[in-house]
Amino acid sequence: MSFDIDVTMTRGSTRMAHEFTTGPGLTALFGPSGAGKTSLLDAVAGLVRPIEGRIAVSGTVLFDRSRRVDLKPEQRQCGYVFQDLRLFPHLTARDNLLYGWKLAKPEHRWLSLDMALDFLGIGHLLDRMPATLSGGEAQRVAIGRALLSGPRFLLMDEPLASVDADRREEILGLIERIRDELELPILYVSHDRAEVERLAHRIIPIEPGT
Amino acid sequence: MRGLSPDEWEVLTLSLKVSGVAIVAVLPLAFVLAWILARWRFPGKVLLDALVHLPLVLPPVVTGWLLLLAFGTNAPLGRFFQQTIGLTFLFRWTGAALAAAVMALPLMVRAMRLSLEAVDRRLESAARTLGAGPWHRFVTVTLPLTAPGILAALVLGLARSIGEFGATITFASNIPGETQTLPLAIYSALQRPGSDLQVARLAVLSVLLSVGALVLSEWLARRSGHGKGRHVL
Repeated sequence: MSFDIDVTMTRGSTRMAHEFTTGPGLTALFGPSGAGKTSLLDAVAGLVRPIEGRIAVSGTVLFDRSRRVDLKPEQRQCGYVFQDLRLFPHLTARDNLLYGWKLAKPEHRWLSLDMALDFLGIGHLLDRMPATLSGGEAQRVAIGRALLSGPRFLLMDEPLASVDADRREEILGLIERIRDELELPILYVSHDRAEVERLAHRIIPIEPGT
Repeated sequence: MRGLSPDEWEVLTLSLKVSGVAIVAVLPLAFVLAWILARWRFPGKVLLDALVHLPLVLPPVVTGWLLLLAFGTNAPLGRFFQQTIGLTFLFRWTGAALAAAVMALPLMVRAMRLSLEAVDRRLESAARTLGAGPWHRFVTVTLPLTAPGILAALVLGLARSIGEFGATITFASNIPGETQTLPLAIYSALQRPGSDLQVARLAVLSVLLSVGALVLSEWLARRSGHGKGRHVL
């Protein structure tokens, strides 16, 4: 139930090395913008390939350069809540939520649509298009879409970034419930110290590379 | 104004057949070319881009002549199509369709390429993390988001091919009932003395056809929904 990460990545001419092992629960990657936190999440999701190293989650190796293991993103069973949400603009909230659920193997689904709607309080939004949702509503749909795809771990990138100040508390509470009620290891990216201190079981500082 | 004469019906149905077949047949090729130009990077891409745009910038007569060189009875491509699927182009409606398709191709590729380039690739990577393989991503994300561009390509291509004249008359000739499409029929009527009325009727017909295609496409674009304020052109 943990992330086991030891990678070297490049972005432009910058080299970044990250090495840490987490326990279960929510681990925050904390650091200034531009430090490469999102790139690290992308590497765990398989969207970016490190030049060196190894990534394993709960004992499953997702990437290992020396053993030539590199699972495709679609094989990693990863629930990724993007900073820019990336809801499909041409699909209703319902079809967004069910996008990954339909693709998941039945034995990998651990959440039903009804349970997700109840948990996230978004039952009334099902027929809406993403463009008509508020920041907080869209954030819930994005989280629901990730959870319904039957993930083995969650990646959350600044989930409060697109939420109005007066909805922050709601989403924070929701993330606490995800952390406490679902047994999912979570990598959580933020640059806000108070937010990280409230949510995280452990904090990994990410410094800009050299 | 009475209804259409049998000759006019023939010209109209032939025009629709030639353009319809041309556009449907060339659409997949145009989409693949648009995809390659929008998504791939390779040496010689500029050349491919130029080649695709050639019919747009060449005098149509030259395009027609090049088609003769490539698809004539003894030309390599012409022989290939005759021997493999028994398809001949010279002096036949299929030749008119080929000329129309070639002339419409650049416009169709442009419309779809722009639309493909506008698709947010981050949505495709989101679909990947949700478990979608390449084909599923294409069908459920890329294709629907490109749909307005495909529709625009169809309309532009149809309008262009219905109006096609130079390459057609050069390559497929002007044979009533076989290759004489609307513009060619108007041209022939103009050559005959005292046929002003006939010319005017055919001209009105071609205006109605073009406007009809535009209205139809706007209607389709609106009906496809989730695109308030979405326009084809």
